[in-house]
Amino acid sequence: MSLYQLQKFLYDINRDPSVQQQYRSELERLLDRYELTAEERGAIARGDVGLIYVLGANGQLLMHFAALLGMPWAAYIQAMRDGVAKHGPVRAGVYTMTTQMDDKVAGV
Amino acid sequence: MSLVFAGICSHAPGITGRAAMADAALREPLYAAYQRMREQLLATHPDALVVVAAEHFANFFMNNMPSFAIGMADRYHGPIEDPDWLRIARTTIPGNAALSNRLIQEVMQTVDVAFAEEWKFDHGIMVPLNFLTPNYDLPVIPVNINCQGPPLTPLHRAWAFGEALRRAADSVTERIALVGTGGISHWPATPDSGKINEAWDRELLARWVRNDKAALLSYSDRDTYRDAGQGGFEIRTFISVAAAARGRGHLQHYVPIPIFAVGCTVAVMDVAA
Repeated sequence: MSLYQLQKFLYDINRDPSVQQQYRSELERLLDRYELTAEERGAIARGDVGLIYVLGANGQLLMHFAALLGMPWAAYIQAMRDGVAKHGPVRAGVYTMTTQMDDKVAGV
Repeated sequence: MSLVFAGICSHAPGITGRAAMADAALREPLYAAYQRMREQLLATHPDALVVVAAEHFANFFMNNMPSFAIGMADRYHGPIEDPDWLRIARTTIPGNAALSNRLIQEVMQTVDVAFAEEWKFDHGIMVPLNFLTPNYDLPVIPVNINCQGPPLTPLHRAWAFGEALRRAADSVTERIALVGTGGISHWPATPDSGKINEAWDRELLARWVRNDKAALLSYSDRDTYRDAGQGGFEIRTFISVAAAARGRGHLQHYVPIPIFAVGCTVAVMDVAA
């Protein structure tokens, strides 16, 4: 469990264009800078927003990474639901899911 | 001179970023409420606007997280988010480093506060500024209370910080306006986004309007998390404004707008002696 490191990666890529560039050009070398589990590393490498959500990433970090990956708002929300459906409840942090899969409280 | 204006408002990024997804019948009255607040703010002829926000890992992270921070620069930049995502263009916002320095020194008499000579504004400040000072022609002094990364400062410390801001504002020759941004109940950036506990919001706002210190400080973080979500932790900014203004509040707008993820709030507070 290295949620801090996972979130540090998100913090870095959200605010630093050079990290964004390296994510595209030198992914493995970039990820070597963080002490990540294989599951975390794979989730980042695949841009698996649903799994990153389940791993406990703070949504204020995750939603910008999702935007960086080109995901519209509705797709970002659905990716988190899909992540919970596939991997189970959020495992850490305070950004858990309390609504049901089909609640769609904001219509998306 | 003194504190000349106090208010609170919502700062959710959807308010600008997802404007096109909202029902205009809900959106436009909110925008009008911000405009009214802008007029009230400008009518007090402030020399600087202190914005107490709860930022979201734009500048501060869990490697070194201050409970309280105040900017001390002559200019700031924002938004840090993708301008196309937030629908607010990147710009430079004027600050006032010398004024910040004097305010910080007075705050420090009672509350240990971090200072920052660099600060990239996120939606917590940019969304309010987009409506309150859209021309970016009023010096802004950014203030942050950590409401994101637990452990969080206790509510009574947010109150003490507000008292310190008031004392600091009253100690300088400039006319100071104060706006707290955030809240209220919301579950942002999760699949719950759009869930709003209106009853809880209205009770919080009733306590804020009557400036009921004991009632405002009686929330536990456990109860807030259960009833108002992780976004509810941002009541700290509203509490600090009540402590600073000391007066009675006036709720000018409260309408839940799920696609904006919050009960959209605009309120002002009399500045009492």
